[in-house]
Amino acid sequence: MTAAIEARGLGKQYGRRWALTDCTLSIPAGHVVGLVGPNGAGKTTLINLSTGMLAPTAGSIAVLGKQPASDPGQLAKVGYVAQDTPTYSGMSVEDHLRFVAHMNPAWDNGMAVKRVQQLGLDLKQKAGKLSGGQRAQLALTLAIAKRPQLLMLDEPIASLDPLARREFLQILMEATAEQELSVVMSSHLVADLERVADYLIVLVASRVQIAGEVDNLLATHHLVTGPRRDPDALPLSQRVITASHTDRQSTMLVRSDEPVVDPSWSASQIDLEDLVLAYMGQARDGSPGMTDQVGTKVLEEKR
Amino acid sequence: MIWLSWRQFRTQAIVAGAALVAVAIALLATGPHLAAMFDNSGLATCRTGCATDANNFINQVRGTNADLIFFGGIILLYLVPALIGLFWGAPMVAREFEAGTFRLAWNQSVTRSRWVAVKLGLISLAALATTGLLSLMISLWSGPLYQAAQKAGQNTFNNKIGPPLFGATGIAPVGYAAFAFALGVTAGVLIRRTIPAMAVTLVIFAAVQILMPILIQPHLIPPVQATAPFNANQANEIMITSPGNTITVVGNYSHPGAWILSNKTITPSGRVFTGPAARACTSSSAAPQQCSNWLNSLHLRQLISYQPASRFWPLQWLELGIYLVLAVGLGWLSVWQVRRRRA
Repeated sequence: MTAAIEARGLGKQYGRRWALTDCTLSIPAGHVVGLVGPNGAGKTTLINLSTGMLAPTAGSIAVLGKQPASDPGQLAKVGYVAQDTPTYSGMSVEDHLRFVAHMNPAWDNGMAVKRVQQLGLDLKQKAGKLSGGQRAQLALTLAIAKRPQLLMLDEPIASLDPLARREFLQILMEATAEQELSVVMSSHLVADLERVADYLIVLVASRVQIAGEVDNLLATHHLVTGPRRDPDALPLSQRVITASHTDRQSTMLVRSDEPVVDPSWSASQIDLEDLVLAYMGQARDGSPGMTDQVGTKVLEEKR
Repeated sequence: MIWLSWRQFRTQAIVAGAALVAVAIALLATGPHLAAMFDNSGLATCRTGCATDANNFINQVRGTNADLIFFGGIILLYLVPALIGLFWGAPMVAREFEAGTFRLAWNQSVTRSRWVAVKLGLISLAALATTGLLSLMISLWSGPLYQAAQKAGQNTFNNKIGPPLFGATGIAPVGYAAFAFALGVTAGVLIRRTIPAMAVTLVIFAAVQILMPILIQPHLIPPVQATAPFNANQANEIMITSPGNTITVVGNYSHPGAWILSNKTITPSGRVFTGPAARACTSSSAAPQQCSNWLNSLHLRQLISYQPASRFWPLQWLELGIYLVLAVGLGWLSVWQVRRRRA
């Protein structure tokens, strides 16, 4: 099966700054992929490279096996909801449906109209008069009803209130269940993605820190506590992501394919948010993180 | 794609249509009266010695609304292509960049090069139709004035073949509109902001409109060179500069409707005549006729370079062709830019 997104050594440079560096990824189709990272990490750059809005400076990217936006057939396979969900403010909801219908051969008008009605959008309403949530829903409807194989969403819910967020994600989940749809969705908040994503990419400081299936990531990361010791003394199969020490105790997040069996250590599972924050901290502080405690850092990041 | 182009262009199209209707009404209200005046003047059937009748007719028109409409029409034909460039061309792509909607438009199942090409093509056609129609209406309306002017010889309406009238008649405005539109689109693609793109469009278009008639138009077809003996008794101008004692003379010519590019007076040896002026011309006691007699005794010749009235249409076609080529080049550049330079 063709990968949804296949990137090799992908990089994008703006002036002297690299917005994305050395990105090698292979995202299998059929997932809801959460692309998470702090603001300015390169999430939008990666999405724009995947939709062909940008051309790479280095490396290559294939989406569903082909160069992004290379021809109408390829464009038809990828749905895209850009950041701030742009719509034509002077055009009505109905006009948006018509314009996208005219430009997409696989357009499912019945589905689009049904969704718009479910959302309670007035067909005659100008898009400029819609609330942020309604506009995001309209943009999502436009992207879904063209029946893509891959849907790219760039921070689609960042500007939405909690209720609108829930509705948006609900519609998204319904669509992924009904259609054979892969989704890539970016956010700077793990909480937004936690309920829907089954695949995760953590992007910090222009680099992919980790990528993989959520279940797999959670199973291979262990939070271990025990008598103080040097992180370098751990077995080679265990990679330390973050470590914090008190006088007598060490707490470390280690990545290991095998369970941690050392009897002097107590190991526990961590949740997705802690895992992401650990990687963000690691990328920020240099490896491995040496701040006071994982818990405090989590609180800091949550602000 | 066509539906989207129309939907986004609808408002501008309606404004243009309404403006054309308004102009048509103004022309229809005054045109028949002007045509009747022309018929009554007998100029239509006049074959020789029509100058007096023609001048009478022109004087009759002067000071009426028709005069105002004639000059209004000229201004309009220069203004409309510029407006098309500013309000149809510059925002076409720049507005999409500003609002971020290009991300929506470019991710439908239509490649972005096709998106920009279709919009360029359709709105270009609208620009051509608008200016073509406007020029046709105004040319039909002004027909009697141009005919009278040609028969009258030298006067304001005369040089339809030279600036400023050349660019406000016939098919030249169509070329200007196509060029201005493509220029606006290209500026929008490159600058990505509507207002700066409009400013750049205006500056470049105005510069081209000013420089073309000065630098290129006169030489589109090599001008006709004519020589004639200089007759001081019919000279247009005799000017004496006292410190250097130089004398500049400009002879009369008779090429009705021609665009005179230069009119030099040369000596039998072929140099431009500058004097020195004889006492007959400088002395306050000498009669003017004495100066003329002296000038006539020098066997000076007039060297005139001009575009004859008969070249009006060939020059119009050339002008249209040049602007259309520029427009196509710019259109190609903006398609290429949209395709290459990813947002």
